[in-house]
Amino acid sequence: MEFLYFPGCTLYTKAKNLDEAGRECAKALGFELKELSNWTCCGAAFPLAKDNIMALAPPARILAKAKEEGSTLTTLCSVCFNVIKRTNRLIQEDEEKREKINTFIEMDYQGDVRVLHYLEILKREVGFESIRGAVKRDLQGLKVAPFYGCMLLRPAEEMEFDDKEAPTIFEEFLESIACEPVDFPYKIECCGAFQSVGAPEVATECAYAILISALRNGAEAVTTTCPLCQFNLDSKQKEIRERHNDFPGIPIIYFTQLLGLALGLPVEKLEFHRNDVDPRPLLEKKGLL
Amino acid sequence: MKIEISRGKVHNEFSQKVEEISGQNLFACYQCGNCTAGCPVSFAMDLGPHQVIRYSLLGLEKEVLECNTFWMCASCLQCTSRCPKGLDIARIMEAIRLVILRKKERLDHLEVAELSEEFLERVPQIALISGFRKFTS
Repeated sequence: MEFLYFPGCTLYTKAKNLDEAGRECAKALGFELKELSNWTCCGAAFPLAKDNIMALAPPARILAKAKEEGSTLTTLCSVCFNVIKRTNRLIQEDEEKREKINTFIEMDYQGDVRVLHYLEILKREVGFESIRGAVKRDLQGLKVAPFYGCMLLRPAEEMEFDDKEAPTIFEEFLESIACEPVDFPYKIECCGAFQSVGAPEVATECAYAILISALRNGAEAVTTTCPLCQFNLDSKQKEIRERHNDFPGIPIIYFTQLLGLALGLPVEKLEFHRNDVDPRPLLEKKGLL
Repeated sequence: MKIEISRGKVHNEFSQKVEEISGQNLFACYQCGNCTAGCPVSFAMDLGPHQVIRYSLLGLEKEVLECNTFWMCASCLQCTSRCPKGLDIARIMEAIRLVILRKKERLDHLEVAELSEEFLERVPQIALISGFRKFTS
């Protein structure tokens, strides 16, 4: 199996630990991520103004390129997934905007590429049963809180990803690699997103609410699919501790890193040194390294 | 805060501009407050999203543009997802941001040059790009 892959800007730099582990796990599970050629940034925000067609040009161009090279396009980053999938749907449904966009990007794209998230490949193409069979390192019920965030799920009628209030795909994934998923009420809340730039203290409070909830429900670690969630939850823990002295800290681990660990990949390929809160002491304590 | 409501202002040019950019009908809102109840950043807002919608409908341009609600909005779509009337509230917040950002004075909410080196080293580009898109003209 081969899937056309759109890494996106952040996975090439700040989120190499999400990207590298994702590519390695794909190989271990018998599918290949073939990188889309000459890709550009997706724009990192789906334009919410009805008249902002220009912001649709970058994701539309990415999709039109994908059509030349395949029939599906896979992302690991939730934001890229959201922007590209929503743009694809708009191109399918809005004839007038489709024409405008095509004229602008000087390509002819009709919306017929299927946009996938890596988790969907794991669930539908590989299958969680197969993953269970491929596990080489027993994670022994490591208690992990799955943080979905916003971008995978909303708007539900466009993303068609999972239930918008009570999703389960992340829990199914965690169970397949012998982790114990921790249910917590903040799993579909917002990490603060780009407010880390506009109002950093607000984003810090969002992250605190999420992490303290995960901790109170027994989580030993939190897992994410998104470099923006990862930044707000992982890199801002110093700021959280300055504001809340009851906050002990908790490792935030990309889902591909957990998968790689379970599949028995060499630890150095999983780039745990890139996580701000080092997960290795926890993993060592559990006898997993 | 003293607010003057007049029949002359209701659904005025400002209200219609918000409706046009967002593609949403402000009259549809029946003030249930679900958006504000579920908003993860409402604690930092001067007015709840449901209040901003009613103020916008009443044509209270000054009061709306002076509040911080739409700048605090993180476009997480929780309000949109839960609105029983099917209003896309995140689009309304974007429209109000754009009413300001599209003025010829170009009153950006974020001064890019003021971001520190240390911060730029840390922050992923995904946060910068989406932030610039939301806060600058």
